[in-house]
Amino acid sequence: MPVKTYIEAIRDGIREEMRRDDRVMILGEDVGAKGGVFGVTEGLQKEFGEWRVLDSPLAESLIVGVAIGAAMNGMRPIAEIQFQDFILPAVDQIISEAAKMRYRSNGDWGVPMVVRSPFGGGVHGALYHSQSIEAIFAHIPGLRVVVPSSPYDAKGMIIAALRDPDPVLFFEHKRCYRAIKGEVPDGDYTVPLDRARVVREGTDIAVFSYGMMVHSSLEAVDRLAADGFSCEVVDLRSLRPIDREAIVASASKCGKVLIVQEANLAVSVASEVAAIIAEECFDSLDAPVMRLGGPEIPAMPYAPPLEQFYLVTPDKVEVKLRELAAY
Amino acid sequence: MAMTRTDTKARAGLDAETLRLMYRHMLRSRLTDERLWVLNRQGRAPFWISAEGHEAVQVAFGMNLRPLYDWVAPYYRDLALTMVLGMTPKDHILSGLQRAADPNSGGRQMPAHYGCRRLNIISTGSPIGTQLIHATGIALASRMRGEDAVTFTSIGEGGTSEGDFHEALNFAAIHKLAVIFLVENNGFAISVPWQKQMPTQDVADRAKGYGIPGVVVDGSDAIACYRVARDAVKRARRGDGPTLVEAKVLRLTSHSSDDDQRRYRNAEDLEADKERDSLLRFRATLEELGVLTPGDADEMRAELVLELNVATDEAELSPMPTADTAMLHVYSETGD
Repeated sequence: MPVKTYIEAIRDGIREEMRRDDRVMILGEDVGAKGGVFGVTEGLQKEFGEWRVLDSPLAESLIVGVAIGAAMNGMRPIAEIQFQDFILPAVDQIISEAAKMRYRSNGDWGVPMVVRSPFGGGVHGALYHSQSIEAIFAHIPGLRVVVPSSPYDAKGMIIAALRDPDPVLFFEHKRCYRAIKGEVPDGDYTVPLDRARVVREGTDIAVFSYGMMVHSSLEAVDRLAADGFSCEVVDLRSLRPIDREAIVASASKCGKVLIVQEANLAVSVASEVAAIIAEECFDSLDAPVMRLGGPEIPAMPYAPPLEQFYLVTPDKVEVKLRELAAY
Repeated sequence: MAMTRTDTKARAGLDAETLRLMYRHMLRSRLTDERLWVLNRQGRAPFWISAEGHEAVQVAFGMNLRPLYDWVAPYYRDLALTMVLGMTPKDHILSGLQRAADPNSGGRQMPAHYGCRRLNIISTGSPIGTQLIHATGIALASRMRGEDAVTFTSIGEGGTSEGDFHEALNFAAIHKLAVIFLVENNGFAISVPWQKQMPTQDVADRAKGYGIPGVVVDGSDAIACYRVARDAVKRARRGDGPTLVEAKVLRLTSHSSDDDQRRYRNAEDLEADKERDSLLRFRATLEELGVLTPGDADEMRAELVLELNVATDEAELSPMPTADTAMLHVYSETGD
């Protein structure tokens, strides 16, 4: 099976689906001639033309709102928001409109649209090119929020997202783009948008994570394995709906839980996972549920010592895992 | 002066039947509107937000669009427009009474949050201005498929202060999309007068900034509205791009059933507006043109009141949605 980077896998998924389905289109800033600031859409305008790969004005509410309108008129648009940090002007269109369209019309209308956006830090992006604000959207019924961590999932989930009848927010950790490689089958396959995946089986500690933090967790878990600790790593993949069953299964099996995310912890995805475990796994727990995430500061600062302070690194995961193992 | 009244220009080349139909649409909307006010004041409908004073321009556009083919992204004052396109008094009373059979939302949204897929009227929520961008997206899709469908969208003058207004016009103009932007300028955004909403008198002036035509029309002059609507629709359909139309209309009622405009508007202005009501003006014009007699008008009203009475009775017998349906349609129930 061919080995590809995460970014190639997303591009392959989009390109193949655009070849299969002429309703699929992309709009966003710089997606055309430049192929996106990260290169996700490289070469697509050349193949599919200026309408289907449309360079939009610099206006995020417009990008998402146009995608909503086009979706209601038979298209399957991808709205690319250049950085998740800049999605906020489009939040009215996403939360007030796309998320509620089906519900408020009593099932009459739907919005089959994908909003793609890179998120996450560790790339010297400072406050406004590093954020992880997925929790805002994971709170909203009517949206699907997914975060693939592997090239295999990235391709299978972008194809599934483009075939889904409802709005899907597809968040890509920008450090995964070129750093993460993996086997990706050629051709058509999908990965479900509502299922977590056990990435590593284990029995002592269950680690729940998503995006780049899955890889940081795996690195830390490998170090503990050398000392005889067996950790299970679960990639949540979907933040809404969240896979309660998978969370309960792994938490109950291991009895100790660490939740790892890059976002700050208050009122976050980690809060939700911890709450599910508190509700469902009380009798199985051998230690308090622990969470590891970014600090409670407004966003990631620029200078390397400050950026490193923010980032959730394999070292920090390892410290937390050893604390939990010793409990 | 009858000669000038009956010339082609004064009646926009419209035959008697079309003129009577136009008046009938306006009257049907007004009577439905008044019925919803009554149901509200009787405590049977918790909320109503009115189109009274806006009917002429809505009917003009509605009659120039191609139903089931063209697209409409309306706002909350577009009662008359929805009815020209095929919605009925009963549909709107069902909505006012929060019934499950309300075609807009099944009793989920407040009334006047229009939407009906069968008629290509997209569902609208309460945030102001978002629908203008949806309209441009709809028009983009039509354009990509090579269709000549026209997308109509509307908003009040208050909504033109929203950023979405600019974003939508800019994009539609860049790509010469077949969108018509109608601003129904009644001078007030709830209580805030237009002078505190914008520095210039005419919203239509802003069209220059997008390189598209901007047209101001007296929204109480039904025939003038018809002419403007016909031109804008033709222009869009032949691929010449968007038009920004501003209709100066009257808000004959308070903003909504929860508002009392006597608190912020003076009594003389309110009285004067009643005299300028488009329904009175249009009826007088049609009588002068000899296409409508007082007898015709009374007969038309009686027939429409009868329709409304039946609609009200039927709507009241129709059930509210049951609590077990509240979890439906968060996501597609069928997977497509």
